[in-house]
Amino acid sequence: MAEIVTLAEAVTELVSDGDQVALEGFTHLIPVAAGHEIIRQGRRDLTLVRMTPDIVYDQLIGAGCARKLVFSWGGNPGVGSLHRFRDAVQNAWPAPLELEEHSHAGMANRYVAGASGLPFAVMRGYTGTDLPSVTTTIKPITCPFTGERLTAVPAINPDVTVIHAQRADRAGNVQMWGLVGVQKEAVLAAGRSIVTVEEVTDELSPVAGQVVLPSWAVTAVAEVAGGAHPSYAQGYSDRDNTYYQEWDAISRDRATFEKWLTEAVLT
Amino acid sequence: MTGTSVETSGHAAHTASEMMSVAAARALRDGTSCFVGIGLPSTAANLARRGHAPNLTLIYESGALGARPDSLPLSIGDGILAETADAVVGVPEVFNYWLQPGRIDVGFLSAAQLDRFGNINTTVIGGDYANPGVRLPGAGGAPEIAASCREVFIVVKQSRRSFVDKVDFVTSVGHGSGAGDRARLGLPGAGPTMVITDLGVFRPDPGTAELVLEQVHPGVTVQQVREATGWELAVASEVGTTTAPTAGELTALRALTGGPDGKEG
Repeated sequence: MAEIVTLAEAVTELVSDGDQVALEGFTHLIPVAAGHEIIRQGRRDLTLVRMTPDIVYDQLIGAGCARKLVFSWGGNPGVGSLHRFRDAVQNAWPAPLELEEHSHAGMANRYVAGASGLPFAVMRGYTGTDLPSVTTTIKPITCPFTGERLTAVPAINPDVTVIHAQRADRAGNVQMWGLVGVQKEAVLAAGRSIVTVEEVTDELSPVAGQVVLPSWAVTAVAEVAGGAHPSYAQGYSDRDNTYYQEWDAISRDRATFEKWLTEAVLT
Repeated sequence: MTGTSVETSGHAAHTASEMMSVAAARALRDGTSCFVGIGLPSTAANLARRGHAPNLTLIYESGALGARPDSLPLSIGDGILAETADAVVGVPEVFNYWLQPGRIDVGFLSAAQLDRFGNINTTVIGGDYANPGVRLPGAGGAPEIAASCREVFIVVKQSRRSFVDKVDFVTSVGHGSGAGDRARLGLPGAGPTMVITDLGVFRPDPGTAELVLEQVHPGVTVQQVREATGWELAVASEVGTTTAPTAGELTALRALTGGPDGKEG
C-alpha cells in the first residue's frame, strides 16, 4: 500500500545515487517539484529516463545529477532546444552525458514491456534510420509466425518512477486524467514509485477518461499542489507557456542558469 | 524570420512564412486524418481545419485524437488539445493502435535538414554522433510517422542549411536512397509526397523519387530556389506559381499566430 509522506521524505527514502530514474509526463502532469527535490538532495550519477526530457531534465542535467539520459525527444516543446542538455552533450558541462536514444514509439513500447514483465517489445520502427547504428538497444527480430522482419527493443524497468497526478485518496489510490502519456506503464514497470498529487481527498469521484493506479501499485504519495508547474494539471492549472519561453534565455548561459538554480531551487 | 513582404494584385500583403503556412494548409484534404507535428505543421493543420477542411481529424502524439483547439497550441500537449478531442488515449496506444497499423492518412512533419529524397534529420548536425557540432532534440514520433502514415507532407523553411546534399543523420526515412527503397525497407506508407517551403512546393519524381520543384510562391524565382538548395535541383518543365494567400486565409492565419510576426514554430 502506498504511504502518504512528504516529497522530501519520499526522495530521501526512494531515490539513491546511481539509480535509474524515470520522471514521466508527456507535456501534461510533469513532476517538476519532485525533480527540484532531487536536485536539492544532491543526487548524483542518475540514469534519467524519459520520452520527452524537457526543462526539468534540463535543470537536473545542468545541476549535475545525471550520468546518462535514455530518451526520445529532448527539447523545450514549442520553443526550441534545451541548452543545458546541449551543453552537456557538446561540451561535457557540468559533466559528460551518455545518451541512449530512441523514438517515441520505441520508448513507449519499452515501458509497455517493462510493465508487462516481458524482456522486450516488438514493433515496426526505426527501419532505414541511423538510430540502430548509434543505439545498441534497437535490434532486428524475425516474426516466428510470418517471417516478417520487425524491431525489438528491451524493457525499461526503472529503479524508481516519479509522476504527478491530480488526486489521491487517503489510502493512496491515485487518479489522473487528461493527457495521461505513458505514466501508468512507467509506474508499473518500476521497482518503486513516487506520485506527487495536487491534493489528497477523502474520495476519488469519477472523472471522464481517468486512469486509476491502485494504492498497492504505488510506493509513496506526496501532496504537492502546483507540483507540475510550469507544466499543468488539467482541472487545476494551465500550462505556463511564458515560463517555457523564458527558460530559453535562462538556460542559454551557464552563469544565468546557476543563478536561477541557486535562487529558484537551492534556497 | 518572416522574410520579405509580398504584394500581389488582388491579394493582401503577406510574408514568405505566411505563404508557406497557407500552402501547407491547402495540401490537407477535408475528411482525412493528419498526424500533426508541432510548430509549422501544427499551424498549417489548424489553419486548414478553420478553412477548407473543417472535417480534418488532427491527431497529436500526446494522445489527443480529433483535437479542435480554438487557439494555436504552443506544445503538442497543451490542455486545449485534450479538452477538445474526440478521444484521449495513452501514448503507447497512439503509436501502437493508431499509427502503426496505417490508420492515419497524412503525417505532417518538419525538419532541421532535408535531402533530395525527403530524408529528415532532427538529431545532430556537424561533427559525429558522439561529438556533434549541434545537438538537436532528436526523433520524437517522427521515424514511425514517416514510416506508417499513408503519405507524408514536410513543411520546412528553405535555405542551404536546411536543404542539404546529404543529411548528417537519418532520423526519419523519406525515400531513402531513391525509388524503390521504401519497398525494400518494408516501410508501409508512401513516404513524402509533398514538401512545402517558404519558397515553393516540391514533389518527388515518380521515376527517381527525387524532389522536383513544381511551384514557386508569388515573387520567388526559380533561381532563388536553386540558390537556397544544397544540391543540383531538379525543376519541372513547367513551374507553376502558388496562388497568393487570400484575405480570408491571412485573417484566419493571423488569428491563430497573433499576426505576421507571431509564433509559428
